[in-house]
Amino acid sequence: MTDLLIKLIPVFPLLAAIANGLAGSRWSHEIAHRLAWGSVGLSFLSTIGVFVDVLRTGAAHEVVAYQWIFGGDLTINLAYLVDPLTCVMLLVVTGVGFLIHVYSVGYMHGETGFTRFFTYMNLFMVSMLLLVMGNNYVVLFIGWEGVGLCSYLLIGYYYDKISAAKAASKAFVVNRIGDAGFLLAIFLVFINFHTLDYTKVFSQVGQLSPDMATVIALCLLVGAVGKSAQIPLYTWLPDAMEGPTPVSALIHAATMVTAGVYMIVRNHAIFDLSPTAMDIVGLIGGATALFAATIGLVQTDIKRVLAYSTVSQLGYMFLGCGIGAYTAAIFHLMTHAFFKALLFLSAGSVIHALGGEQDIRKMGGLSSKIPWTYRLFLIGTIAIAGIPPLAGFWSKDEIMAHAFTHHRYLLYGMAAAGAFLTAFYMFRLTYLTFYGHSRMDHHTEAHVHESPTVMIAPLTVLGALSLVGGFLGFPPEQGWLHHFLAPVVGAGGEHGVSTGLVLTLMMIATGIAFLGWGLAHYLYSISPATPARWAAMTEPVYRLLLNKYYVDELYDLLFVEPTKKLGLMLDWFDRTVIDGVVRAVGQLAELGAAGSTWVEKHVIYGGLNVIGYGNHLIARQWRQLQSGMVHHYAAIIVAGLFLLALVVQFIVQR
Amino acid sequence: MIPLSAYVAVSAILFITGLLGVLIRRNFIIVLMAVEIMLNAANINLVAFSHYLESMAGQLVALFVIAIAAGEAAVGLAIIIVVFRGKISTNVDEMSLLKW
Repeated sequence: MTDLLIKLIPVFPLLAAIANGLAGSRWSHEIAHRLAWGSVGLSFLSTIGVFVDVLRTGAAHEVVAYQWIFGGDLTINLAYLVDPLTCVMLLVVTGVGFLIHVYSVGYMHGETGFTRFFTYMNLFMVSMLLLVMGNNYVVLFIGWEGVGLCSYLLIGYYYDKISAAKAASKAFVVNRIGDAGFLLAIFLVFINFHTLDYTKVFSQVGQLSPDMATVIALCLLVGAVGKSAQIPLYTWLPDAMEGPTPVSALIHAATMVTAGVYMIVRNHAIFDLSPTAMDIVGLIGGATALFAATIGLVQTDIKRVLAYSTVSQLGYMFLGCGIGAYTAAIFHLMTHAFFKALLFLSAGSVIHALGGEQDIRKMGGLSSKIPWTYRLFLIGTIAIAGIPPLAGFWSKDEIMAHAFTHHRYLLYGMAAAGAFLTAFYMFRLTYLTFYGHSRMDHHTEAHVHESPTVMIAPLTVLGALSLVGGFLGFPPEQGWLHHFLAPVVGAGGEHGVSTGLVLTLMMIATGIAFLGWGLAHYLYSISPATPARWAAMTEPVYRLLLNKYYVDELYDLLFVEPTKKLGLMLDWFDRTVIDGVVRAVGQLAELGAAGSTWVEKHVIYGGLNVIGYGNHLIARQWRQLQSGMVHHYAAIIVAGLFLLALVVQFIVQR
Repeated sequence: MIPLSAYVAVSAILFITGLLGVLIRRNFIIVLMAVEIMLNAANINLVAFSHYLESMAGQLVALFVIAIAAGEAAVGLAIIIVVFRGKISTNVDEMSLLKW
């Protein structure tokens, strides 16, 4: 039963995607969206069924759906592994995915390509489910590429907009770098273990030499860094906000970008063998958490602030992986999925209310006009800022506490600074959007309206999850989630940490969050003139942040432009040298052909004509012999007879 | 006893007569008759040598020749009649359709 349910989970959205993709244009939007969210809802129900079973028995299920590639010592099945880790990911993906699908019905209402949107979304769900459910690297990779493709398609959803098309290509190309690393890692795993199944690989992972483990882990890390938008491959994620807001919420906040974290946790057996790789993971995570947060401070596009915040929060998850706090990383992944989806969707609701406006400088004073959106956005903000008892506090605090108790003070410092900045910029966003006086133009202001129930309802569920989701991991290190995940990632940290220290760290974290809130409150509510003055005071820094450290420009200069120049050069080479050679050969052949034509016409035809004409002349003489008169023939016969007689007489007889 | 040479001489005279008839005369029927004369000259020769050599082979061949001559005359006369119907002439010189 459970096996069947597991097999069915990805089938529902696949069928919906096929149906909508092939015939969606023939039926109404009503049918299309019902198919889409209905199928994801069925997946969610199946997931709950599977989850209950796993919860009850505690056993991991390995289900072969289809024997795919086999031969020699290579066997690759389309097979699923459902263990507690997969269960958590499945619940997040299908649960949040379902809510976002429902929300999209309202948000995308009246858009052109409504059916196309839901087809891509369902396709994304299939890929994401394959990614988290696969029992081997190949299925993981298929899902990995599938989500990348759907991300590309959905970022470029408004494909007639140049910036969207460019952002889509950018996301796709940057992800290719990461995928190349991931692919190398898969090859290395196969070379070393002669199998690609997780269970077999991890059971004999001990044979791996430390150097090889480091290499594999780093290759995996390259893949994870690309997919999860970490330094140095994070630049695509902020640009990915060109897609519709539900896409940003589902793909670029809640699920796809966390695939890198999932992959590292799934492969933690390999990472555990290599302290070097772990240090690099932690450092990348910490650096990204801090770095992206500083950029988020000054951005003015509501979705871009959230995008940088996503990059930053993903940094926390990597940091957690890097210090071995895998449960905490997954915990943060889960709570982040709740509150970031909530934030993005309420931001979408704001954008919807304002008729497409995304610039927070042109908002303000919305709290009374769209009260539900405001309340839910505030819940999200408090959750991400890390104020207890909301979801974000527990998971983020656990990562930070883990870093502190394991004496990774540098990482702790980065995380703490990042947490302060997170609280600050998120409250800045809230204040600029919902408080103060309105900065909208009159036309927009007259049309501000609360979003329909179909959008608010999913938001409410996400809001509730953001409120209480953190208690899944309560008390810290000993929560339900930790026990549930223990079979996969091993028991949590050692228990030598005193409760006093844990409480102190919690209080510090809370204090940091409140400090960020307080600063935002001072700057954007009490003394609104101060931010501009500070910006003027620290002009160079402000400008640096506003331009995102010029990283895009740097990459343009270092990679994009040289590549383009190389392309132009190759183009020139192709046009002049290669085409030149081809053309020369062509001309030569043409010349040769002309020469042979002349020779044929004048020499060969001439020769043939001479022979023919000669024959003709000779024949004209000889045909006179044939007079047609019997006498002549008879005379010639007689003459021949006499000649013969003479010959006999004079030559033979002698 | 008439010597062999006499038979051969008569045969030769007859053959020359027939040959000249074929070469000189223009009337188709005359030419045909001349050919008959030449055949009969050959027959005389055959029979004479048959008797002289005391072998029946020559006389047998002579009988064959007579039979062929009869066939030849029949076919030749038929051709002449067809030609005569078409051209109202039995002049051999006017029959030159087989030339180039």
